[in-house]
Amino acid sequence: MTVQWTPKPDLPPPPLDTGFAGWLKKNLFSSFWNGLLTVAGLLIILATVPPFLRWALINAAWVGDSREACIHLGEDGISGACWVFIKVRLGMFMYGFYPDAERWRVNLAMVLLALAALPILMPQAFEKLRTALGFALAGTIAVFVLFGPGPGAAAALLLVLPFGLPHVRLKAIFEKVDAQPSAGLAARAAALALAGGIVYAAARGFEGNALPGPLAGVFIALLLGLMLLDRAPAAAWQWVFLFTVYPFIAYVLLMGDAYGLAYVETHLWGGMFLTLVIAVIGIATSLPIGILLALGRRSTMPVTKTLCVCFIELIRGVPLISVLFMASIMLPLFLPEGAHFDKLLRALIGVSLFYAAYMAEVVRGGLQAIPRGQYEAAESLGCGYWRMMGLIILPQALRLVIPGIVNTFLGLFKDTTLVAVIGLMDMLGIVKTALADTEWLGFPKEAYVFAAAVFWVFCFGMSRYSMHLEKRFQVKRH
Amino acid sequence: MKDPSDTRSSKMMMLYDPRFRSWLAQALVLAALAAVIGAAVYNTAHNLEKAGLTSGFGFLGEVAGFDISLTLIDYSRASTYGRAFLVGLLNTLLVSGIGILLSTALGFIIGVTRLSPNWLISRMAAVYIEIVRNIPLLLQILFWYIAILNPLPRPRQALDLMDLFFLCNRGLIIPKPVWLPGAGLVLGALIAAVAAAAVLVRWARHHQMATGRRFPAYYVSTGLIIGLPLAALAAAGFPIRWDVPTLQGFNFRGGLTVLPEFIALCLALSLYAAAFIAENVRSGIMSVDKGQIEAARALGHRPGMTLRLVVIPQAMRVIIPPLTSQHLTLVKNSSLAVVIGYPDLVHVFAGTTLNQTGQAVEIIAITMLVYLTTSLTISFIMNRYNIRHAMRGA
Repeated sequence: MTVQWTPKPDLPPPPLDTGFAGWLKKNLFSSFWNGLLTVAGLLIILATVPPFLRWALINAAWVGDSREACIHLGEDGISGACWVFIKVRLGMFMYGFYPDAERWRVNLAMVLLALAALPILMPQAFEKLRTALGFALAGTIAVFVLFGPGPGAAAALLLVLPFGLPHVRLKAIFEKVDAQPSAGLAARAAALALAGGIVYAAARGFEGNALPGPLAGVFIALLLGLMLLDRAPAAAWQWVFLFTVYPFIAYVLLMGDAYGLAYVETHLWGGMFLTLVIAVIGIATSLPIGILLALGRRSTMPVTKTLCVCFIELIRGVPLISVLFMASIMLPLFLPEGAHFDKLLRALIGVSLFYAAYMAEVVRGGLQAIPRGQYEAAESLGCGYWRMMGLIILPQALRLVIPGIVNTFLGLFKDTTLVAVIGLMDMLGIVKTALADTEWLGFPKEAYVFAAAVFWVFCFGMSRYSMHLEKRFQVKRH
Repeated sequence: MKDPSDTRSSKMMMLYDPRFRSWLAQALVLAALAAVIGAAVYNTAHNLEKAGLTSGFGFLGEVAGFDISLTLIDYSRASTYGRAFLVGLLNTLLVSGIGILLSTALGFIIGVTRLSPNWLISRMAAVYIEIVRNIPLLLQILFWYIAILNPLPRPRQALDLMDLFFLCNRGLIIPKPVWLPGAGLVLGALIAAVAAAAVLVRWARHHQMATGRRFPAYYVSTGLIIGLPLAALAAAGFPIRWDVPTLQGFNFRGGLTVLPEFIALCLALSLYAAAFIAENVRSGIMSVDKGQIEAARALGHRPGMTLRLVVIPQAMRVIIPPLTSQHLTLVKNSSLAVVIGYPDLVHVFAGTTLNQTGQAVEIIAITMLVYLTTSLTISFIMNRYNIRHAMRGA
């Protein structure tokens, strides 16, 4: 006689513990104090968010193109934002006093930068050669359609050429003379000098300005790359191009005075454009200098080590503003009489040296975290110092300190605003100028909220990108 | 030995010797550096001579001839540049000190809030951190100063609180305490209370170590520090009078005026630094292993005790180093005062004084040296602290 035992069905969970009510109970009202905190938080939100939204969206003046559109805002206690002011002055906020007719050059420089940097920033999206090549071709065609044949050629040079270079075998030409090392070196040096000279001469004949020097420099850098990076993949060439060809194109585009482009002096540069110029150049220069400083600080050579330590500690101990003052007031004193030094260049030197010192400390942290065994293994494989650092130590060390590097970049980006103190017209400088305009007196809130929003988008995007990078490298590291 | 090219190859060998190469490289670097410095010194001397300036620190003794809107020590137009330097330095220290106190307090509150199990509160802290951290400090300073404080009403329409505090475009005007004779007693009582509290806390620790019994030292010492000066105040017959600001004509008379520049700078510096400190606090608390808390609970510690005896001491080890570097950053960032005209060291000395005297090299050098000394002193103290308290073993 067996009795079948059947368990009773489970009771449903109490209604307050599941679904939305459960979530509320668990996350907002788990105890009396928590409930009180929630209510206090709600009160704070009620006190701040609706008035802000009323000011920024509902009561704001959006349409119109003169001050008349905002006249009503001050009356009857209606407080609203006058976005018309921002709309009218948007060109100024973005480009400063860059001449209206020439602003396409700024746009083109930014578009080219984005097109050239995107495959490097998001390599996993461009893993297939076909996608990458397709992207480069599409970008070139887009530039050609939007900006015309000249810019199209520049885009082709910058974007498509890296895919052709892996198939050029420059080394093979030198292989015959390579039996005798000194002859090989001499042949290479002669080829470099000859090629540089030809480009220099050709560019000189082209126009009478300061262009030939940088042009020949870029060409030599490219040739040198071709000799060293023989058989390097297209991705490596994209890096090389971003650091050699792009600066050259951007310089020609932005400064002008070449290829029929009008000359635009740097004191006309301004707005978000100038902020980006300083930030991009600062980022591109401070990391390499910082790595060198960090290596110097860890080096066994006493003189190098002492110099690097002194430089890093000195710079890190003083505010950026004093470094900028030094660059703008003292640098002219140090130079021989009559030597002209562009104000923007002075600020750039100050910003990038300042952040190089911070970068050096970040990189040093990474270098210290690499176990000794890695150094010993590299040495036992017969690597010299630079090969050991470049191929084995630095790739691991830099990967470890990505968050620190991006944080330093973020700091640099935010601190570009300080150049306004020495009289450059960056985003903040231009806001100040726009506020002093008698036609538009009295809208400082709008201008600063707008500038803050722009900076916030850039910085927030950068920090999210760094999190993404961290995750990507963590997976690879096991 | 038969090889004729032996001497040549030995010379080549020397080039391949890493030690020789390193010394050669260093000698070259030193020579280049010496050349650059030499050229800079020569050029500077030449340029200064051209401009008719004599270098040296003699200018510090000359009469400054300009006014400063905020002076903590006696200063007038007739004072010297050296005195102006001191005034600027004290103003920098004032704003940095208050900024450090406010930002640390706010940062700890926000950091703990960020970890709260309460979803809404934790989100609000996150939103605050993400907004404030990602906007340049200079923009925030200008926002508070130009967009918020400048458009405030004039003194006649000032926003007032209980007729004691007034907020207008001249700043915040608050009642000012005036000490009458006998106030020294109160100050003495305060100092005595603090000293007694310190002794008490130390004794309580020993007492607990020796007997295992706890003495509520913190409550008693808080009572001492508040009670003793109050008692002294009463005993001396309240030797204090409040100088309440009153509106007269177009401005306030009496009271203490807190400059709008000071308010803007303090607000921006503390709010900005607080966002970073909050993140440090959060990562510090999260770095304490969960097992530590569970172990403490298993030993029978109440949540408050767990927090005070187990979590905070371990979290502080992680928090303190980045916290100090935030404080250092705040001191350096206080130099941004120059953009809104708060009379700090950079504004008074590297600004006005430099413009008047033209002694660029000396003035920038002194300014940098001041910041450098502050930074190096604080880092030195912090390194000592780290060596004493850093995680051992591990």
